[in-house]
Amino acid sequence: MLETHPSTVEINPPPALSVKGVCKSFGGLQALRDIDLNIAQGTIHGLIGPNGAGKTTFFNIISGLYAADAGEFRLLGKPYKPSQVHEVARAGIARTFQNIRLFKEMSVLENVMVARHVRTHSGLLGAIFRTPAFKSEEHEIKLRAYALLDYVGIERFASLKAKTLSYGDQRRLEIARALATDPHLLALDEPAAGMNATEKVELKNLIEQIQRDGKTVLLIEHDVKLVMGLCKTITVLDYGTKIAQGSPSQVQKDPLVIKAYLGSSATPTTESSDQKS
Amino acid sequence: MQTQRTQQSKPLALAPPSLGLKVLFTALALLLPILLQVFGNAWVRIADFALLYVLLALGLNIVVGYAGLLDMGYVAFFAVGAYMYALLASPQLTNAFPWIAAMFPDGLHTPLYVAIPLSALFAGMFGLLLGAPTLKLRGDYLAVVTLGFGEIIRVFLNNLDRPINITNGPKGIGEIDPLTVMGFPLSRKLDLGFTEIPSVTLYYYLFIVLVGFSILICSRLEHSRIGRAWMAIREDEIAAKAMGINTRNLKLTAFGMGATFGGVSGAMFASFQGFVSPESFSLMESVMILGMIVLGGIGYLPGVVLGALLLAALPEVLRYVAGPLQELTGGRLDAAILRQLLIALAMVSVMLLRPRGLWPSPEHAEQDQISNDDQAEEAHA
Repeated sequence: MLETHPSTVEINPPPALSVKGVCKSFGGLQALRDIDLNIAQGTIHGLIGPNGAGKTTFFNIISGLYAADAGEFRLLGKPYKPSQVHEVARAGIARTFQNIRLFKEMSVLENVMVARHVRTHSGLLGAIFRTPAFKSEEHEIKLRAYALLDYVGIERFASLKAKTLSYGDQRRLEIARALATDPHLLALDEPAAGMNATEKVELKNLIEQIQRDGKTVLLIEHDVKLVMGLCKTITVLDYGTKIAQGSPSQVQKDPLVIKAYLGSSATPTTESSDQKS
Repeated sequence: MQTQRTQQSKPLALAPPSLGLKVLFTALALLLPILLQVFGNAWVRIADFALLYVLLALGLNIVVGYAGLLDMGYVAFFAVGAYMYALLASPQLTNAFPWIAAMFPDGLHTPLYVAIPLSALFAGMFGLLLGAPTLKLRGDYLAVVTLGFGEIIRVFLNNLDRPINITNGPKGIGEIDPLTVMGFPLSRKLDLGFTEIPSVTLYYYLFIVLVGFSILICSRLEHSRIGRAWMAIREDEIAAKAMGINTRNLKLTAFGMGATFGGVSGAMFASFQGFVSPESFSLMESVMILGMIVLGGIGYLPGVVLGALLLAALPEVLRYVAGPLQELTGGRLDAAILRQLLIALAMVSVMLLRPRGLWPSPEHAEQDQISNDDQAEEAHA
């Protein structure tokens, strides 16, 4: 399989996520057309494109919210079927949402504790009789949740309701919640949307930290500066097709990308290279 | 990092009942029938019914308050539990089926320890039965379907006297055995030598024990993996799924668990009344139980209990207010209608003044025992 994708030949371990031939149409609208994508383990992979390019549709498909019309899905080399949403989380993909979807009336801590559900086992009887196994599991869940809140830097709000957090902190909480499912791949859908400059820098540091700690990150983002600064590889979608893939500098120079998304005056470098060619 | 956490100052919780308050409530609950007896056994009886409603409200709170599934037919499970007990502990089945009469020559008197788990189990099964086809419905749509389910059960009970007489139709089932605890039937006075405890008070203590257990179970479920998953489904089903929660199984668990409470409450009702008929299980009952948890504070146990006690007792208290008012107007106002009006007014004003319920869940989450846990962990190490 690796041979068919020259871009990943140099990587020995299987890609964190590998999809082939993903198609999706809504009625007459072809939202995704034959998308191939490989995300190398331990990297930050960007997914950009103009509005309506199919980025979020792609996200929803790999995380199981939409069923793909066709396509092959592999996670760390193992095939998985994104037909049942909760099974995808179990397989190891966790995501955040473009329009924040926290459990608003639950506490910040509980939001993260909920996400441990998929890695824990106690049932009704354990809860009712407070068995030792239940207690120790509950204790572990709580410690892990606190540790994750500390990791994203909002531990001091642990007992507040999630809805009371500021916008930036809600985004952080979503990331903490996603990390609590022990994912191989963390998929962030426009995490910087609505953030101010300071918050963006903090977010960038956080995402870099997550990558340093060995997670693979898939990032949809409109903030070109953030994407170019963070990602090792970038895939560009337009009208449901992949129009380019490569390192930030390659993508920035790609004429198709400039035409579809970045615009001719995106950066001085691309402009000058355009004039030369 | 852990030490840093334990040192961190955390905002204090606002409203959850403190230990002292809990002790006070428990003491009050235990002394209440003795106080009420002064005014007559009728008042203790009202308290008994109020406790049954608390049981029902606690059960419905699991479905509506925790899992966020708007169930308008909850009384169906109450009915299933009540009829289950009625059939297992009355002459109804032995009269209708000679072969059962042959099997039980002394009549069918299923003991408490068998009948109540069976009622709970059977009601729980009905919970799953209702849950299964409604998994994809939410909000209004779910309310309509569950409402229909509640009515279907009532209509069935009303008509299952032909061709084979199972439920005795609208006439209902009578001569139901009273509950017998350790060989002692609760329908008789307990003579302690120096004083006598009337039957209604005995039932009161049985019900208060049940309510105590139910509150314990509910609060333990609330702070567990399952309870958190229910609340996640209530808050945002899609996000819950994306976090790996199997929403199908957990919704079914919620329906089953809630129905079980209804079933136990129904069995208690049947034995306490000694008689069940379909008209006890009308849509209005479902609405009232839902009203209790909304009025008290949805999803918050102290609120739910308060709401149930208030709405169950209020009509009876208002009976005494309505009487004089009726005399004032020279009998032109019907007492029953006046009572309805007063309840409606009370509910409207509560909803206007306290839209989240009389005793809503505090804005700050309840403090957990993480610091104690940490100490325990250190002790282990």
